[in-house]
Amino acid sequence: MNQKHQEDLAHIRSMMERSSRFISLSGLSGVFAGLSALIGGLYVYQLFKANGIEYFGEQQITIPASLVNQLFYTGLIILAFAFLFGLTFTVRKSRKYDLPIWTSATKNMLFNLAVPLVTGGIFCLALLHHEIYGFIAPTTLIFYGLALVNAEKYTFSDIKYLGFCELVLGFISLFYIGYGLVFWIIGFGILHILYGLVMFKKYK
Amino acid sequence: MGIIDKLNKDFESRVRLGIMSVLMVNEWVDFTEMKNLLNITDGNLASHSSALEKSEYIEVKKEFVGKKPKTSYQVTPRGRAAFKEHLSYLEKLMKS
Repeated sequence: MNQKHQEDLAHIRSMMERSSRFISLSGLSGVFAGLSALIGGLYVYQLFKANGIEYFGEQQITIPASLVNQLFYTGLIILAFAFLFGLTFTVRKSRKYDLPIWTSATKNMLFNLAVPLVTGGIFCLALLHHEIYGFIAPTTLIFYGLALVNAEKYTFSDIKYLGFCELVLGFISLFYIGYGLVFWIIGFGILHILYGLVMFKKYK
Repeated sequence: MGIIDKLNKDFESRVRLGIMSVLMVNEWVDFTEMKNLLNITDGNLASHSSALEKSEYIEVKKEFVGKKPKTSYQVTPRGRAAFKEHLSYLEKLMKS
């Protein structure tokens, strides 16, 4: 009898969790998104070098328009890779554990993620338009952090800790304009890989 | 009367427990989503949901989206209270 009640309680808990939170996000998505950002970031550093710009040099750097375009497309490619990896591992995990993917929890999570992300994206486009390049890295980190904290209610709540880390990193980088690439690689590369590994172990 | 007798008979089945759990943390949930979440057949969900509707624990909304009929469920205040009570009895049983 006791056994049945215990199972009932476990069932209730799991149904509540399953129906209200998007739990198919795999830790591996984070690891591979992080690797994409890491490789992309290092490629950007090489791009600067190839254009004769010493990123960590003393003098202020001016970025030619052609390089801005290249950087923009590099960013888009990194985003596409991260997204594809995220999607692949999510589909794989949900098949393995027989979890439905396109539920109202998923839609809620995506919506809550999208509001700060789209806002930040438009903000960055404006910065790009006004050629205020130095603020782009801190801005992406801060809005991404806000998006993660915002989506916390609809997925693993651990995601808010990643969000807070991105926020703090964004705040610091606001005061070290000119080192944006470094903060960006730490925030989107290294933090994602670390977070992905922790999540992968925890929810395996 | 012991605690076990107080347990709500309406919630004895796993499927009904599942339906109630899902509705406790979501607003309107439609038929297909509920079916997929609980991993049960159409007939199974239909019979259990109508039983819960009869006890006035859930509200059933039928509408047409284009030409397709769509059924959605929502928990009633009465259902919410009954389920909470059931939960607290279950928890008490675990402790004793």
